[in-house]
Amino acid sequence: MTFDVEKIRQDFPILKEKIRGKDLVYLDNAATCQKPQSVIDSIVHVYSHDYANVHRGVHTLSVRSTDKFEGARTKVKDFINAASDKEIIFVKGATEAINLVAQTFGKANIKAGDEIVITAMEHHSNIVPWQMLCEQTGAILKVAPINQAGELIFAEFEQLLNDKTRLVSVVHMSNALGTINPVKAIIEVAHAKNIPVLLDGAQAIPHIQVDVQALDCDFYVFSGHKLYGPTGTGVLYGKQALLEAMPPYQGGGDMIRKVTFTETEYNTLPYKFEAGTPNIADVIGLGAAIDYINSIGMDVIAAHEADLLHYATEKAQAIKGLRIIGEAEEKGAILSFVLDKIHPHDIGTMLDSLGIAIRAGHHCAMPVMDFYNVPATARASFGLYNTRQEIDVLMNGIESLIEVFG
Amino acid sequence: MFDDLRDLYQEVIFDHNRNPRNFRIIEDADRKVEGFNPLCGDRLTLYLKMAGNVITDASFQGSGCAISTASVSLMTEIVKGKTEQEADTLFKQFHEMTTGKDERFNLEAVGKLAVLAGVREYPARVKCATLAWHTLDAALKNQQEAISTE
Repeated sequence: MTFDVEKIRQDFPILKEKIRGKDLVYLDNAATCQKPQSVIDSIVHVYSHDYANVHRGVHTLSVRSTDKFEGARTKVKDFINAASDKEIIFVKGATEAINLVAQTFGKANIKAGDEIVITAMEHHSNIVPWQMLCEQTGAILKVAPINQAGELIFAEFEQLLNDKTRLVSVVHMSNALGTINPVKAIIEVAHAKNIPVLLDGAQAIPHIQVDVQALDCDFYVFSGHKLYGPTGTGVLYGKQALLEAMPPYQGGGDMIRKVTFTETEYNTLPYKFEAGTPNIADVIGLGAAIDYINSIGMDVIAAHEADLLHYATEKAQAIKGLRIIGEAEEKGAILSFVLDKIHPHDIGTMLDSLGIAIRAGHHCAMPVMDFYNVPATARASFGLYNTRQEIDVLMNGIESLIEVFG
Repeated sequence: MFDDLRDLYQEVIFDHNRNPRNFRIIEDADRKVEGFNPLCGDRLTLYLKMAGNVITDASFQGSGCAISTASVSLMTEIVKGKTEQEADTLFKQFHEMTTGKDERFNLEAVGKLAVLAGVREYPARVKCATLAWHTLDAALKNQQEAISTE
C-alpha cells in the first residue's frame, strides 16, 4: 500500500488550525492523538441516527445502537486478534483497565508476601494500582532495572521471577523513552514459571501490530484516544479462562443476570465487567478509528513512523547541547530530550509560540526522570500524519531557542 | 523568531536565569522551606535569616525553568531588608499581578518584579512564577513542611 501523508493530513481537520498565527505542528501524539473526520462523523452519526441505550430495549434504536456497540467490540477483537469477543472488556482507558485487573484478579490471587514484578520504565498507571494492591494485601512490588539506553536489563528481570511472583506487569512501549520491550521473551520466561503477564499497550497500540494470541499475553490494555479514537474509551483484553475466574469489578446494571435482595447472579463475559451504561457513542467511534487504521495498514504506518524517528534522531544528534533521553535499540516514534541549561518548560513555551505542540514534563513517569537525574524532559512524539518538514520546523525552533537563551 | 514571547521572556529574566542571585545555602538559616511543583518537577529550597521580624538574608537552591528561577532569584533580592509584613504585602501584590483579573494592576507597586507580569497571559506558566512566593509565604508563617503548588 502506498502512503501519501498529505492525503492522510486531509483526514484530520484539526491539522488546519493556526496556533499563534502559525501552522500547527502537532508532536504530542504520545499524550493523545488527533481524530480523523471519520471518527468525528461516526460519533455525530450515532447521536443523530442510531442512539439509544444498549442491551435492553426491544425497540429499533436500541437494537441499532447495540449492534453498532457490539460491532465495535468485534473490530477490537479482530484488531488485536483475540480469540473471542468475550475477551474484550470496554473500560474508560488503559488506567482503568490496570486498576480493574489489580482489584479483581489481584485481590483474588495475590496475598501477603506474594510479589508483583514491573519495570523501572513504567508509567504511573502501571505503578500506583499495584502499590495500592500491595498496601491492601501485604504483597511486594519488585522493579526490574533499566540500563542507560533505557532498555530493560533482561537478566535482572528474569532473576526477579520466583515462586512468590504472582504477576508480571510491563509496558509494551515506554511513553517517556520510546523503548519497545521484548515482550515475547518476557512472556516466555514468565510462563515458564506459570506467572501471568499483563502488557500495558497504551503507547504501543498506534505504532505496533498487536496479536495477543501470538504474544500469548494474559492481559493487554490500551486507551482508544491514543489510537486516533475518542477519549473515555479503553480496552482490557484478558484470556477467557482468567476473566471467567475473576470476581466482578463494579456492581450495577448490565453486569448481572439475576438480582434478588439475598443474592445476585453475575452476567457472562464480557458484561460481567461492564456495570452501568457504557460509553456507547465513543466506543462506536473507537470502532471507526480501527477501521481508519486498517484502511491504511499498520505496517505502512509503522514504516512511516520509523522513517520520522530516524530522521528526527539524526537531526537531534547534530544539535549541540541536546541530549536524547532513551536510546533503546528497539524504539517507537518518541524523541525525548533535554537541552543544556534550558528547562523543558521553557522549551515547551517557546516552541508553542512557533505553533509546535510538544510535551514538557515528567510524562507521568517520575521514576524514569529520577533515573536520568533530570526534573523533566521535552518530548516530541510522532503519529501517522506527521512529516519530515514538521521535524525540520521543530529542529529549527530548537536551534533558535538555544540561541535566544545564549 | 520569538517576538510573541517578548512580554514573557524579558532580558531581565534571561539574566537571572543565567546568573541567579543568592543561589547558595545559608548554613544558620532561621527558616528553611522546600517548594515543589509536581506538574513540572520544579524544586527549590528557600533559606531566610531573620533579625526580629526583619529578613536580613534570603537565598535558595534548586532547579527550575527560567521563569521560576528568575522569580525566586528576584524575590530573594527584593525581600532582603523587608519586614515580614512588608514581604507578605509583596506576596499578595505579586499574586494579584500574576493571577488577578484587574487589568489596571499598578506595576509600579512591585518594582522590578513587574518583569514577571507577562505570565498572566500564559496560564500554564503562572505556577512557575508563583512557586517561590508560595514558598516564602510558608516560610513567613513558619511552616516546616514542604509546600506544593498543587
